[in-house]
Amino acid sequence: MTNPVLEVDDLRTVFLTDAGPVHAVDGVSFRIGAGETLGIVGESGSGKSVTALSLMRLLEEPARIVGGSIRFQGRDLLAMRPDELRSLRGDRMAMVFQDPMTGLNPVIRILRQLTEPMVGHGRFAAPEARRRAVGLLGRMGITAPERSVSRFPHEFSGGMRQRVMLAMGFANDPALLIADEPTTALDVTIQAQLLDLLRQLNAEFGTAILLISHDLGVIGSVCQRVVVMYAGEVVEEAATEAVLADPRHPYAWALVNAVPRIDQPLGADRRLVSIEGAPPDALNLPQGCRFAPRCPFKVERCEREHPPLAEVAPGRLARCWVTQAGQVLPKAGGSGLGGVRASPPPAIEPLLSVRGLVKHFPLPRESLFAPRRVVHAVNGIDLDVGRGETLGIVGESGCGKSTLARLVTRIHAPSAGSIVFDGQEIAEASPAAIRPLRRRMQMVFQDPYASLNPRMTIGDTLAEPLVAHGLARRGAEARERVGGLLEMVGLNPAWVSRFPHEFSGGQRQRISIARALALEPEMIVADEPISALDVNIQAQILNLMLDLQQRMGLTYLFIAHDLAVVRHLCDRVVVLYLGRVMESAPAEALFARPLHPYTGVLISAVPTPGRVRVVLEGEPPSTLAPPQGCPFRGRCPIAQPVCETMPPLAEAEAGRWVACHFPGEFSHAGLGA
Amino acid sequence: MLRTVVTRLAGAAVMAVLATLVVFLIANTVPGDPVLAQLGDIAASNPATVAEWRAKWGLDLPLWEQYLIFLRGLAQGDLGTSIASQRPVLEDIAQYAPATVELASIAFVLALGIGIPLGIAAAVWRDSWVDAMARVVSLIGVSSPTFWLAFIMLAIFYGGLQIAPGPGRLDPIAFPPDEVTGLFLIDTLLAGDWDGFHDAAAHLVLPSIVLAAATIGLITRTTRAAMLEAMGQDYVRVSRAKGMRERYTILRHVLPNALIPVVTLGGLAYANLLAGAVMTETVFSWPGLGRYTFRSAAALDFPAIMGITLVVSVTYLLVNLLVDLSYAMLDPRVRR
Repeated sequence: MTNPVLEVDDLRTVFLTDAGPVHAVDGVSFRIGAGETLGIVGESGSGKSVTALSLMRLLEEPARIVGGSIRFQGRDLLAMRPDELRSLRGDRMAMVFQDPMTGLNPVIRILRQLTEPMVGHGRFAAPEARRRAVGLLGRMGITAPERSVSRFPHEFSGGMRQRVMLAMGFANDPALLIADEPTTALDVTIQAQLLDLLRQLNAEFGTAILLISHDLGVIGSVCQRVVVMYAGEVVEEAATEAVLADPRHPYAWALVNAVPRIDQPLGADRRLVSIEGAPPDALNLPQGCRFAPRCPFKVERCEREHPPLAEVAPGRLARCWVTQAGQVLPKAGGSGLGGVRASPPPAIEPLLSVRGLVKHFPLPRESLFAPRRVVHAVNGIDLDVGRGETLGIVGESGCGKSTLARLVTRIHAPSAGSIVFDGQEIAEASPAAIRPLRRRMQMVFQDPYASLNPRMTIGDTLAEPLVAHGLARRGAEARERVGGLLEMVGLNPAWVSRFPHEFSGGQRQRISIARALALEPEMIVADEPISALDVNIQAQILNLMLDLQQRMGLTYLFIAHDLAVVRHLCDRVVVLYLGRVMESAPAEALFARPLHPYTGVLISAVPTPGRVRVVLEGEPPSTLAPPQGCPFRGRCPIAQPVCETMPPLAEAEAGRWVACHFPGEFSHAGLGA
Repeated sequence: MLRTVVTRLAGAAVMAVLATLVVFLIANTVPGDPVLAQLGDIAASNPATVAEWRAKWGLDLPLWEQYLIFLRGLAQGDLGTSIASQRPVLEDIAQYAPATVELASIAFVLALGIGIPLGIAAAVWRDSWVDAMARVVSLIGVSSPTFWLAFIMLAIFYGGLQIAPGPGRLDPIAFPPDEVTGLFLIDTLLAGDWDGFHDAAAHLVLPSIVLAAATIGLITRTTRAAMLEAMGQDYVRVSRAKGMRERYTILRHVLPNALIPVVTLGGLAYANLLAGAVMTETVFSWPGLGRYTFRSAAALDFPAIMGITLVVSVTYLLVNLLVDLSYAMLDPRVRR
């Protein structure tokens, strides 16, 4: 690293709150060489985003940099006047933020948003800037860039908007690009496209990239080195591959092992490593190692003395007394954490059976005589869920996953088709006839913040279904049941009178699960139950779901976009595309050898370091006008003319159903473990 | 776009007629008899006089027939004859409307011209003295009763300091300009009458401030809130990260988004100013629609009340349509 672009030394950023200063970034140091890529990983609240904003000097009150130094291309950023900083921002150093849906101004055309930094920094005259904007959009993979520049942001999908944001970042050919969770809000296939793009741009323009993510897999697929942050500190810094293979800080170890890996064989034990507890209170940090209260490997010294960030191996730094003393952290996976999974039940008696399910949502007329447009959300789905089984549903956004969940629970009424739950046809049952079934089939939603009523104590929230279904009388009986429910999901029963805002996201999702369990259902439909959570919390919730299934014989319909999690948790998997089943198979077989090309590219898109990827181009077509024939043929790498007729969902091998004219013909080196 | 406008206009016409039906029914069910109001106690005690008077105004006909007659007239552009003034209602309205339109328009310009910049400044320098001042201004504007404010203003600037003219549209001894539009500011200019223009403008100052006061308060608060909301959006941080000047970020990124809710409020406020100047017009002896409305209502002058209802509802509907159209200009997401 001869010529560092960015040198950060002992950076300290605090939030001046009424309760005292919160040390969000507490002595962080790292450097990035010209053209280098560095990742920062950590859970929410670890200080990674505040670090990024500190580097850009874009902190807002009450955050303030109180110590350390930031040198950018040799110049001290902390000593610069506001106008000097402004002339650097968007010029030599650029930043891309997480949410592409809100990062673009909705009332301004893409063109102006792209050219304003070019013109504003005096690098290009307006006509030249326009040409450059068109060129950059094309380079970012936007089709018909000449036309696209004059559009407004709402005319673009999320992935397209993030490409526009990237183009904006590269507007003036910066020396450093800071990308804060740039792909977190996107589908896995779109994420793969963008990560590829980032890697190419780094190679092509020699722009140094600082990539911030909670996902080590994402960082691993772009960055050579990674910094792991915990409670405002760097706890480990090393080559990304080294951290993934052999983490030297227990927190990094927990991060690596909390996530199921799609490229490693499944063990008999499906519990994930999860560390209990929460990050320390930033107002009251422990005097020893900040991770010690949650650390499974701690020794006496850890709670007494704060460890320094020191070299544990050539080129590897870790802030841990244990590994600095030479101890090696164990390999996880079947490491005796208990809970061996029962063998999947034979699929003889389906609890839920869906045939030819269709749901169309007519849109309101645009004018008096215009034809009504119709969203074709679900277009004929067949599936069975066996009693005690976990069926995973995967697919990109807009493939009909959530609509399917709302149909089988009869929150929506289907347009056509049959839904049989435990022998009873419920597709056209009246609300009164559905009511008793609600007891037996419950739902857990994605957003634990939006799905709990903020004005009800959790005790009331949990007692409500019990009283409504006459399972418990209001008062002592309900209170007792609620206490038991909280205990079952690992929460303190004394917390019944608290309100949702007093809980963390993970705790709220436990409450949502408790609410679903209150009526002792046979089946739980979980719609992305862990997507909004940090990886460690995800592992906790997944472990809880596995435990509950074993104890209560629950049947799960598990909807997720994270394929590694689905592979880990589910017995069988159904892959949806544009409201149709593309493939349905036992999980292990499906991931080992996908028969449908769509399944293949989905699996390939999961960010896994060191693996060749097939990047799926484009985005799913509009659900307003689904294509004739095979819905996937427009993006399919092996499409043939025959694909203009819709292939039926047929049994290609025992227990494996696939809707493709060429099952198993698409394969590539990166697939399979 | 054109099709939307035509559809909306047709809808507005239907709505306006429906509004007259509602008013017609309400006016005929309230206890109160135009006979008493018009003829006085003595004449009303003579049944023959009353019957003759009722027959003259068609009040002896069944309700539905009375309404039908009104509709038939409406179709021919005739709003009937005012019982009180004995003149065609349309003529009455045409006589009183310009004074109100002039007053309300100046008040509207004042409200926007003061409210929007004040709201922007209050948001940009949040919690500073500007913000505090904006808060006081809007609090006074929203919470002072109009008649009170009107008297105070007259007492200070006309009675006390004697720097403002008294009530009325012009000096009592001045002659009104030749009528072209009925708006004195414009008519005096057309006539090249500079003194008249100056006189008319001076007479507008106090009433328009009084009338605008509440609206200034509302627009200031709304602009400030909308600005603060827009300033918290990600695209503002993105603009700063692009190295845009703060002034540019506020004016080009924040303001266009913040104006969207202000436009909605502004449209409603203008319609309110047009229809709601009764108090101000009364105190300032302003010969406008507000006073005409008040007099007609007190006299249970049905044809006049119906005519005013129609005018007011058409105004509201047109302003609403304009608001919706300007929405499409401001916000591309609403455009089709």
